[in-house]
Amino acid sequence: MNRLYILLGIILAVLLFLPQVLNNYWLEIFILIFYYAYLGQCWNVLSGYTGNISLGHALYVGIGAYTSTRLAIVFGLTPWAGMFIGALLAMAVGLFIGFLGFRFGLRGVYFVLITISFAEIGRLIALHMDSLGSFMGLFLDFRPGFWNMQFKGNLPYYYIALGLLLFSVVVVRAFEVSKIGRYLVAIREDEDAAESLGVNTFRYKMWAIGLSSFMTALGGTFDANRIFHLSPERVMSMGMSIEIILRPIIGGMGTVLGPIVGSFLITLPAEWTRAYFSEVGRPGLHMVIYGFVLIFAVFFFPRGVMPFLNRVFKPFFIKHSSPGDNVRDL
Amino acid sequence: MNTDLVLQLTLQGFLMGGVYGLIALGLSLIFGVMRIINFAHGEMMVFAMFLTITFLLSLGLDPYLSLPITAAIMFGIGYGVQRIFVNRILDMPEAMQVLVLVGMGIIFENCTLMIWGGSDISPKTSLALSSFRLGALTVDVPRLIAFVLAILITLMVILFLKKTSIGKTIRAAADNRFGALIVGAHIHRVYGFCFGIGAACVGAAGTLLVPLMPAKATMGAPYTLISFVIVILGGMGSLFGALVGGLIIGVAESVGTVFLPSSMKQVVSFSIMIIILLFRPQGLFGGKG
Repeated sequence: MNRLYILLGIILAVLLFLPQVLNNYWLEIFILIFYYAYLGQCWNVLSGYTGNISLGHALYVGIGAYTSTRLAIVFGLTPWAGMFIGALLAMAVGLFIGFLGFRFGLRGVYFVLITISFAEIGRLIALHMDSLGSFMGLFLDFRPGFWNMQFKGNLPYYYIALGLLLFSVVVVRAFEVSKIGRYLVAIREDEDAAESLGVNTFRYKMWAIGLSSFMTALGGTFDANRIFHLSPERVMSMGMSIEIILRPIIGGMGTVLGPIVGSFLITLPAEWTRAYFSEVGRPGLHMVIYGFVLIFAVFFFPRGVMPFLNRVFKPFFIKHSSPGDNVRDL
Repeated sequence: MNTDLVLQLTLQGFLMGGVYGLIALGLSLIFGVMRIINFAHGEMMVFAMFLTITFLLSLGLDPYLSLPITAAIMFGIGYGVQRIFVNRILDMPEAMQVLVLVGMGIIFENCTLMIWGGSDISPKTSLALSSFRLGALTVDVPRLIAFVLAILITLMVILFLKKTSIGKTIRAAADNRFGALIVGAHIHRVYGFCFGIGAACVGAAGTLLVPLMPAKATMGAPYTLISFVIVILGGMGSLFGALVGGLIIGVAESVGTVFLPSSMKQVVSFSIMIIILLFRPQGLFGGKG
């Protein structure tokens, strides 16, 4: 394992110094990579580790973003505090959805559909509340300064996004090796068996959805203060929920590095095709290619890219790997 | 609250509900047989709408005449999509299936966007604005025709599945895939047929909607969601349930506009879906949960 940590340390050091050599466009790309990797990691806590697929995480992004922004506009509260209030609110909503979903025993497709319903209701409410700017959305005044979480240029955002991502990696890794994480994996593999062995599956799934929704909302505040504009279509739509789940699924669900690998793989091609084909003037073509990329990613890596990377690189990182070793080690 | 208004809205919703039922029938069939949720459903419908519009504008074919052609094309597309893409993901975990079908949806939507552009198109059809009065109520003729045709097509599909040999094979494969394989059903062809019929249903529904509303390349997603709601309400895999669920949701959304802004009418249907999911996940007509 040591070599792996050394490698990760080197990658982190490179990422810390990278902005010195990047221009503004590349900074933006990296911010997007970190941001979506972070959201994917949050989703991973719930769906990757418990196996309950949520297709409504845009709801928590929206709650986080709208709460902190509204508090900043009305009370002048700094987003650094507002983001935690938004996160608590999102956690309350997440726990409510989780309570209904888990208490009534919704699994598989049925859980997916209930998360979609709540997210869509949330979007429609935001679309019609005048205090949230209804369909126009909220516009943030540009007042640069640390306490307003608004900056000129992309450099500070780069470090905040990187910090968020690191925070999520540390939390998820700690979560994964904790007793709760082990229980969750047991639940994912066979819920009935775990329950019959005395695991309180309901309680631990609630832990997972609470943590997941709390962290997702923090990302929403970051996004609001970077783009300076919030609208239900941008942050709370079904499309956003899909964006969130793509990267961890392609990277490998239920692995700490999966969402990050997935984000590096997907964000770049998505941006490139968009830039290239919008210049050539073929609207839609880049999205068609994007769709095919998603489909073929599933065909080539039916369990995500991480298990594949594990198989290839494991001999290098772990000297005495026994035959029974699980691919989940990285 | 005005009784005439509520009656009028109920009638409009009921007529629209027939088309909703036809859309959901395709989804329910695909789910019932393959256990796959078609996230590309609404996008396929919009694609069919634009096919119909093309026939109308370039060949002058009325939507009601080009309906069989559009349905046949959609059947071919559905058959191809199943054989090439969906066939490979039948045994994969749910997350992977969702990803592939979301990818299909993105491809359909953006193909439509590429071919026909992103603006609203509402072509003039022969009966577009005609209506007649029934007591205090006004009945749109195209809406009535859409309703009648949608119900007819739904009944034909149900009859096809009950009576013909391929229909019986499809139902056998839905009941017990392994058993159907043992008695010699060509399971891949059956699945291809099934996805094709599902696509043809939603294609026919798209054609019927052309005289009723302007078509826009990006309007598919809400229809995907509404067909989820209907299928959950009627029962996953229940064909009759899709029809009844469509009528209920059509009326509920339409009457919901009395006390909610019209763009919020979906709140009603999503609330219905949550309640059904919690208290009767097998739906109104579903056998098993």
